[in-house]
Amino acid sequence: MDAIILQLLNGLDKGSAYALIALGLTLIFGTLGVVNFAHGALFMIGAFCAVTLSGIFNLSHKSSEPSGTDFLGNPKYEDVLYVKDWFGDAVGAWMLDWSVPLSVLFAIPIMLALGFIMERGLIKHFYRRPHADQILVTFGLAIVLQEVVKYFYGANPIPTAAPAAFRGSFDFGVMLGFDPNVIIYPYWRLVYFAFSAVIIGAVFAFLQFTTFGMVVRAGMADRETVGLLGINIDRRFTFMFGLAAAVAGLAGVMYAPINSPNYHMGMDFLVLSFVVVVVGGMGSLAGAVLAGFLLGILESFASMNEVKMILPGIDQIVIYLVAIIILLTRPRGLMGRRGVMEE
Amino acid sequence: MSKMNLTRRGALKTGAVAGAGLALPTVLRAQDNYLNAPTGDTVTLGFNVPQTGPYADEGADELRAFELAVQHLNGEGDGGMLNTFSSKELQGNGILGKKVAFVTGDTQTKSDAARASAKSMIEKDGALMISGGSSSGVAVAVQGLCQEAGVIFMAGLTHSNDTTGKDKKANGFRHFFNAYMSAAALAPVLKQLYGEERRAYHLTADYTWGWTQQESIAAATEAMGWETVNNVLTPLASTDFSSYIAPVLNSGADVLVLNHYGGNMVNSLTQAVQFGIRDKQVNGKNFEIVVPLYSELMAKGAGANIKGILGSQNWDWKLENEKGEKYAGTNAFVKSFGEKYGFPPSQAAQTCYAQTLLYADAATRAGTFNPCGIVEALEGFEYDGLGNGPTLYRAADHQCFKDVVVVKGAENPSDEFNLVEIVEVTPVEQVTYEPDHPMFAGGDLGTCNPGA
Repeated sequence: MDAIILQLLNGLDKGSAYALIALGLTLIFGTLGVVNFAHGALFMIGAFCAVTLSGIFNLSHKSSEPSGTDFLGNPKYEDVLYVKDWFGDAVGAWMLDWSVPLSVLFAIPIMLALGFIMERGLIKHFYRRPHADQILVTFGLAIVLQEVVKYFYGANPIPTAAPAAFRGSFDFGVMLGFDPNVIIYPYWRLVYFAFSAVIIGAVFAFLQFTTFGMVVRAGMADRETVGLLGINIDRRFTFMFGLAAAVAGLAGVMYAPINSPNYHMGMDFLVLSFVVVVVGGMGSLAGAVLAGFLLGILESFASMNEVKMILPGIDQIVIYLVAIIILLTRPRGLMGRRGVMEE
Repeated sequence: MSKMNLTRRGALKTGAVAGAGLALPTVLRAQDNYLNAPTGDTVTLGFNVPQTGPYADEGADELRAFELAVQHLNGEGDGGMLNTFSSKELQGNGILGKKVAFVTGDTQTKSDAARASAKSMIEKDGALMISGGSSSGVAVAVQGLCQEAGVIFMAGLTHSNDTTGKDKKANGFRHFFNAYMSAAALAPVLKQLYGEERRAYHLTADYTWGWTQQESIAAATEAMGWETVNNVLTPLASTDFSSYIAPVLNSGADVLVLNHYGGNMVNSLTQAVQFGIRDKQVNGKNFEIVVPLYSELMAKGAGANIKGILGSQNWDWKLENEKGEKYAGTNAFVKSFGEKYGFPPSQAAQTCYAQTLLYADAATRAGTFNPCGIVEALEGFEYDGLGNGPTLYRAADHQCFKDVVVVKGAENPSDEFNLVEIVEVTPVEQVTYEPDHPMFAGGDLGTCNPGA
């Protein structure tokens, strides 16, 4: 039982990342009708926002006095951090420690701007082109973004720590009445799950309870009619692209302490996220979230030794197996609209 | 008109001289009859490293070392390890009087891509020797190609037993150590630090290197009394290992062995630490994590999670300073590399640099670029002064035998270049095995192929 609960927690956590990326993909597909293969790259850039802010906080100058010798035997000067010079030791240390959560604030304007530039600069020219063209151009864009990041940050993963208060793990099992040391779970993964839930809730609330969201939803249902009412739906859709980019970016920022960011982390998630979107139903926001968590949990259970003993290799194919079964029995996906992905 | 007396002895003499005369050009031709024999005043080497993909940083470091080796061979720079190498054949005037040129390829850490780039360098650029790589899968594939094509392969970073075991080839040579040697070096240190009664849980990357490393570590630790509780194969493409790590906590194991490399290792170690494995106690013992194969770049990627974790290396830039003159060549190389690039070289860089010098030296001693001459010169070659101490290139399998460095993640690194501490240097005698050892059995070294 404890193993099942542990894998359930894991699945929810994996599902959080899948759901956040799939949510952004669905927002873009639902509003603009574009299949955005660069979405994984946006997730990756979010993670590198955390790396960048941490790098900015770590900017330093050399001390005036040598403190020893370097690896070549030359005088070595200590690095003195600017944040500690400017804000004092205590505040400087706090800023360094909390650089990942602070990166959320740093990433929002960057991701929004990147989304706007992508949409206005490139994607809008492909609205009337076939999906195959959109996939090609966005996939190409993903590779360009990936290579740019590799050029500046290198190919090696860059460790990015969570705040000290959320490092390590705690005894989750005791809260559920299990013996101590049976279900131990990392703090930061719970933070990630909670953060995802907040972001997903905020996106739904925004679409559901604001006038802007209502117009966007109306535009998703019938773009031409909304346009005829004198509403500039294109501008709103551009904003939605930026919002989708920001959601992917924030998912990346908070994911940085879980897996050290590297330039190809977006590609690792991209294919899975598309499967999630297709299983959930193209264009269905609720479907994307539901499928994200469902597939995350299934993947976790498939990794259990007991399951792998009966079905070797199932952990590598379970997601695709489920996708095949769902698409064979329900081509529009779990919560997809009739007419999308089926006749 | 002179009279000719044909005697039996005279006929034999004449026949022998005529035969030798006729045979001589054939012998001379055979000497030159090999693929890509250089005709101009340069000789081209092919450096095949990952320039894209997850090991691109390691590939970049290998390439830096290759460039440095070429400079030193051509008499530029301070000469680096040419000054400490026990063989004194190389004079800084290229190889056999020909200036060394090089071409590069991108393996992408994919066997197909690596073979394609090696093939292109051999066929289009006339490369006489291929070196480099950061994966055993790639090394085995490129080594096979070089054997078929008829050029020498001086392997870069490849740690699978199979490279000089069941997949060994006459045209292929490995300077880097292997999984068996890691296990043989690590086991006594593990026994000393963690005791004889331990239960180990292995997570293993599901490909040739992971399999042979797991087999080697399990055998070495079981021989000293440890029990292997479980071995779980993890897909090479995995990035999130949490669902593989979670079951470790309640498996009864008190040691987690991560048979992972590169990004896989960075992620699995980071997540194992996040799951509190290192804070856990089982049967009154602290839960320990072991990473049998270390690299400096992995230590950097894993950050603080690497602290106190044991592993092994082929070489370390601090070796001569900490362990003395026996490891001469280390400081010379670190100085050349550090002054040129601003940071110390990785073990991948050192092995690639050494391989290039060893190839050049073998060609010089053989007096030819013919691969068969070079094979003969390298087989059984004993040398010193390239940073690893006295070393033998064993004839039976083309594996180098030298001391192995056991390291652990530094608790308080003084800077980004001191992420690992040398715990011990295990003498070569303790890591040597017979060529027909079961873990290296099968395959056939075959005979050298000159490609023509």
